Amino acid sequence: MTMLKEGRPTAPVPVKEAHMAPQTATGNRALMLEEALIFEIGSTATTGVDFAPAPQVASRLGTLARTDSIGLPGLSEQETVRHYTRLSRQNYAIDLGLFPLGSCTMKHNPRLNEKVARMPGFGDIHPLQPQSTVQGALAVIDELAHWLITLTGMHAVAMSPKAGAHGELCGLLAIRSALEARGDARSVVLVPESAHGTNPATAAFCGYKVEDIPATPEGRVDLAALKARLGPDVAAVMITNPNTCGLFEREMKTISDAVHAAGAFVYCDGANFNAIVGRVRPGDLGVDAMHINLHKTFSTPHGGGGPGSGPVVLSQALAPFAPLPFVEKQGDQFVLIEEETAGDHHAGTFGRMVAFHGQMGMFTRALTYILSHGADGLRQVAEDAVLNANYILRSLDDVLDAPFGFSGPCMHEALFSDKGLAEGFTTLDIAKGLIDEGFHPMTMYFPLVVHGAMLVEPTETESKAALDQFIMALRSLAQRAKAGDEALKGAPYHAPRRRLDETLAARKPVLTWSELDLAQAAE
Amino acid sequence: MSRYFTEEHEWIDVAGDIATIGITEYAQEQLGDIVFVELPNEGATFDKGDDAAVVESVKAASDVYAPISGEVVEANSALEDEPALVNSDAEEDGWFFKLRIADASELEGLMDEATYKKFVASL
Amino acid sequence: MRYLPLTATDRQDMLSVIGATSIDDLFIDVPAEARLAEKIAGLPDHASELAVERHMGRLAAKNLSAGAAPFFLGAGAYKHHVPASVDHLIQRGEFLTAYTPYQPEIAQGTLQVLFEFQTQVARLLGCDVANASMYDGSTACWEAIGMARRITKRGKALLSSGLHPHYVSVANTMAKFTGDALVHEAPTLDAATDIDALIGAIDKDTSCVVVQYPDILGRIADLTPLADAAHAAGALLVAVVTEPVALGAIKAPGAMGADIVVGEGQSIGVGLQFGGPYLGLFACKQKYVRQMPGRLCGETLDAAGKRGFVLTLSTREQHIRREKATSNICTNSGLCALAFSIHMTLLGEAGLRELAMLNHGLAVQAADRLAQVPGVKLVNDSFFNEFTLVLAKDARDVVRNLADKGILGGVSLGRLFPDATAIGNGLVVAVTETVTAEDIEILAKALEEELA
Repeated sequence: MTMLKEGRPTAPVPVKEAHMAPQTATGNRALMLEEALIFEIGSTATTGVDFAPAPQVASRLGTLARTDSIGLPGLSEQETVRHYTRLSRQNYAIDLGLFPLGSCTMKHNPRLNEKVARMPGFGDIHPLQPQSTVQGALAVIDELAHWLITLTGMHAVAMSPKAGAHGELCGLLAIRSALEARGDARSVVLVPESAHGTNPATAAFCGYKVEDIPATPEGRVDLAALKARLGPDVAAVMITNPNTCGLFEREMKTISDAVHAAGAFVYCDGANFNAIVGRVRPGDLGVDAMHINLHKTFSTPHGGGGPGSGPVVLSQALAPFAPLPFVEKQGDQFVLIEEETAGDHHAGTFGRMVAFHGQMGMFTRALTYILSHGADGLRQVAEDAVLNANYILRSLDDVLDAPFGFSGPCMHEALFSDKGLAEGFTTLDIAKGLIDEGFHPMTMYFPLVVHGAMLVEPTETESKAALDQFIMALRSLAQRAKAGDEALKGAPYHAPRRRLDETLAARKPVLTWSELDLAQAAE
Repeated sequence: MSRYFTEEHEWIDVAGDIATIGITEYAQEQLGDIVFVELPNEGATFDKGDDAAVVESVKAASDVYAPISGEVVEANSALEDEPALVNSDAEEDGWFFKLRIADASELEGLMDEATYKKFVASL
Repeated sequence: MRYLPLTATDRQDMLSVIGATSIDDLFIDVPAEARLAEKIAGLPDHASELAVERHMGRLAAKNLSAGAAPFFLGAGAYKHHVPASVDHLIQRGEFLTAYTPYQPEIAQGTLQVLFEFQTQVARLLGCDVANASMYDGSTACWEAIGMARRITKRGKALLSSGLHPHYVSVANTMAKFTGDALVHEAPTLDAATDIDALIGAIDKDTSCVVVQYPDILGRIADLTPLADAAHAAGALLVAVVTEPVALGAIKAPGAMGADIVVGEGQSIGVGLQFGGPYLGLFACKQKYVRQMPGRLCGETLDAAGKRGFVLTLSTREQHIRREKATSNICTNSGLCALAFSIHMTLLGEAGLRELAMLNHGLAVQAADRLAQVPGVKLVNDSFFNEFTLVLAKDARDVVRNLADKGILGGVSLGRLFPDATAIGNGLVVAVTETVTAEDIEILAKALEEELA
């Protein structure tokens, strides 16, 4: 017989110690490619864009022509595509896997939304075009506003705030304006100790003194303490509901009634609206103002940290003070009410918060999302989000401490603590271990009312199989941390970078690139 | 020279009418790696309890209160370039600022070292 | 429902793991009177992708898009050609669907981009440092005024009459609540800016002077004397740039002594999108960095000694300082910053200068041609890619009539300054590389008809 032995060996040699991944000359690891900074690979003479020649004219720049070197490197198109493609691969993202960041609602971002936002009729219109040429855009704002009001059971909505914290600002400015309009100067805003850090920051910006309201051992607002503190100096109470412990504030209506009886307003942080959309209307609970993070509940992409969008729904009492501009339907025309036209019937407005009309690119995406889901889909969103979170809570509460697990079901996020981990093991170790397991960590060390908090929000767009794999991974990590597995403290091992030195970064801030390398800067 | 301590974990060395103020060894341990110290300007005057300085770790910013009233005569400029001094030598080279004491009677309520040690042990 | 993966069987299995009999058991903490028994009234049930796209497409078709008409609008938002690769890259899921980089080991892509962005912005604006972006130019402008107050401990800001009126409106709104005193008047239709008047108005209570460059009428002026005067009085100079492409052609505000330079970055990489999302640029001198609002990315090392990037100096921010934060801003404009940075990388310095001179050349041609139209007078003696015309009649009517003819001819000062009737005949015209010689001719002819 003939023995053909040419060609490649088809059975791999078993990996021995000597075959463990050696260092490569480039620092690359196959598909994991290191990428230098544009300042190190580009040049100021290189460009990836061609232009028609500029007309030869006498300059009208006066004496101000820029003659210095700006120091902006360029890359050819292919180099540019590679640079950013390589960098993108160093990011975790929803598109890669489960991203259970509590309070952030990292749900799937439907691609139809992207396509719609890029239609020339939405993506390529100028904010100051004559209104006759943007009737479709104004219709989008009006239609989205209508559904936001309907879903929340409120009276009006301010569409222009650019993000959640900006929406908080809008709500509190409306509250302060309403109080001033009735000649009632008040100085204090009450905030539960479990609140998002933006709440006290916003209240302080609006000129209010911030006072904490304690939580009950059950993780909810202490109603008795709140009632005791209410008085003629309290302007508003800022409450997150469902709260940051993942629990619904059962006494919300009682709280609202007490706040209103004391002449104050209820601001609700709507970051966690995903848990109740289509099932509960905040308006029915006595809320006066609530921002809606379109980038959470309504799936506009987080984009690595914005842009967000934070429309604020308002009660009848606050609606007259809403910011400019807004859209009104007059006959069969949509009209943008700006400074000029506000005087007729909206004289109470506290003014303008942004240059133009808000995050139109997010409005088109959010409206597309609402229409795609419809009334049945949105209700299912809340139900599945809450179901997924409770499934995680009950699948792990035997290995991880669930500080409020005793008090009943959670809403859309499950809260665990570091209680019971071996001496010296922390929430951070579990989080970094999750990275090696191929998951984004949960929110860590928030809310502050729980020691070593781990806040897990799976969202409704995760399948049972994805949840089961996550539960398996977190269970394994919890067991390792309880057993004192030292290796966990070195995690992550498989990410593009090991743990980063935040102290060095803060002590010797290097915020821009310069020819000095880091070693020199650190000396 | 005598050294006093406060329940806010500041130490005060008194020499004549000048008080040197810093945070205690216990405080720096609790704060972790100090990355920045914001110091008061010379000439600033404080009442007892005023915010006088800010000490920052990566994750937290803590206010340092004036333990007694007085006028700032010097701030420790070494901390601007080397905030880590607070970690390595909190109770000597890592001092924050010196005050000209406005009212020496305010020192009376403060703790001595032994009392402070007991106080810390009780935390 | 195409976005929801759980099956009825899954739900049943999961409920039994939880120990619940129905989904209602999980909503038990919601008081009965607040639970909706039925679906939200009036909203149809879920719809196919095709149906939704059709509905949205119909609404989009009711708008006249900038690319479908001779287009001359600016005043804070500019139409530039965005290379195809920019939108392709920002739609990579690893950028689009990532969160704020709080876990730096798996967010080095976003973080390195922010570090590069900060460096690009600082260099473009002529400053030492820049942050990772703000909501938009108007909010960045207000934040700069607040920062100047914190630094100088003074509460009076002088706003140039050439500052975008919407930026003034935003600052006025905020100042009502913070107690800052803002001094501002509407502009006049002169070739010279109000720099001399501003210099005269600076006093010992002034925290900062805020000046736009090029200004709302497109005028450009040397900021050096203003910076000197501000500094002599212990005040800061805040410069506002709404058209960053200009800085490929004209001196950077930082190089003229501005302490804080803010701007609207939309021009580079970000589409018009009816006003948002846009990109607030924020840069300043090194010595003020700890008073700067917004996120910052910094360089560091990982446990294995490799270079990496993290968010840093976060003790300035709301989630740590709570009521003592420099600002309540939580989100930046990450994806827009990415688009800006990619576009700027494609351009490079050579490309940016070429783009700027192309804009300027076309704008000069347009200004000269339009100034020949009877009843039209050019206000500016200096400009970059935007200038102001005085028409023989109210510019708002002219703009509306032009729109009826399918021409988007500019922004009327009546729209921008409804209370300043004296400048109602002013028309601000922007000319970028997207404008053709034919477009200029169409606008000139149409203006001739309108003003005849």
